[in-house]
Amino acid sequence: MNPYNYLYVAGLLFTIGAIGVVVRRNAIVVFMCIELMLNAANLTLVTFARINGTLEGQVTAFFTMVVAACEVVVGLAIIVTIYRSRRSASIDDASLLKR
Amino acid sequence: MLTIQTPETILFWVLAPLSVLAALGMLLVKKAVHSALLLAFVMITLAIFYIAQDALFLGIVQIVVYTGAVMMLFLFILMLVGVDASDSLTETIRGLRPIAITAAIGFGGLMISLIARAKLGHGAFGLAEANKDGNVQGLAKLLFSDYVFPFEVISALLITAALGAMVLAHHQRTSAKPTQREQSIARFRQGTLGTAAGLPSPGVFARHNAVDVPALLPDGTPAPNSISATLKARGDILETSQFELGEVDKTVKEEK
Repeated sequence: MNPYNYLYVAGLLFTIGAIGVVVRRNAIVVFMCIELMLNAANLTLVTFARINGTLEGQVTAFFTMVVAACEVVVGLAIIVTIYRSRRSASIDDASLLKR
Repeated sequence: MLTIQTPETILFWVLAPLSVLAALGMLLVKKAVHSALLLAFVMITLAIFYIAQDALFLGIVQIVVYTGAVMMLFLFILMLVGVDASDSLTETIRGLRPIAITAAIGFGGLMISLIARAKLGHGAFGLAEANKDGNVQGLAKLLFSDYVFPFEVISALLITAALGAMVLAHHQRTSAKPTQREQSIARFRQGTLGTAAGLPSPGVFARHNAVDVPALLPDGTPAPNSISATLKARGDILETSQFELGEVDKTVKEEK
């Protein structure tokens, strides 16, 4: 086996996350799919760090994790705010700009 | 040059299909809580992949930050928001699902074929050289020398995110909170006196008082408004006929 196999897994996970963002309606599940895509990108970074023999990729993956944590905090706060005013966590209901 | 030992190969071929299956299951299951649990499983398998790839620190951080903090935050918000109609898997935009799946197969196929055809010009080096003082020490050396500015910026980002979440989640009252007396007056001034004494509690007059058993009215019929709206949305109301009282004296008329 060569380490490129990890890249295939990362690609598959990223694709699955992308489908989830488009297909699912619950805002929280959509958000979880975004987390899945971020994780897939992290796996790619770690794998390339190993292939290239330097730790730069791991440092970048570490930064990605911190940014993802910030994103989760703010995103979930937005979901809670929308839920509080519209009583729904469905992304189809937040369509005020369309009308 | 990097040679991958057999244990890691076995680990990969066991865990990689499992993680992809769990990610697929995350799309297909109906309840958001199950999606969250499957995502936690995917994250743990990724942590194992990191540790197998000589990224010990990132593996531990993945478990502590992602499966520990982030997924708990997700579950917390799920409990806060509750269960509503957005959990349904019916598509609201017609033809969205076939288009999405076709586009995803195209995108995934393109990405995987690109990975298969790409050449770096050298083999895998492995991290034995970079990790010779230890993975954490190597990362710390990079983080506090070359990457110290991004590190400080990230800390500013964390503080901003915490403040932003507080601002977003803070709820300012626009009017004074109604007192118990005002609530009571409002109940009696509304059109009907049916709920003046409050809604019936679940299980009243029924044979047992679980929260999913509707109360029985004096005429023996179940009262659906005694059940919490969340349980109704989830469809967790028991069949009421089995709890109905056998003999109800229906000759008694309401006294005016």
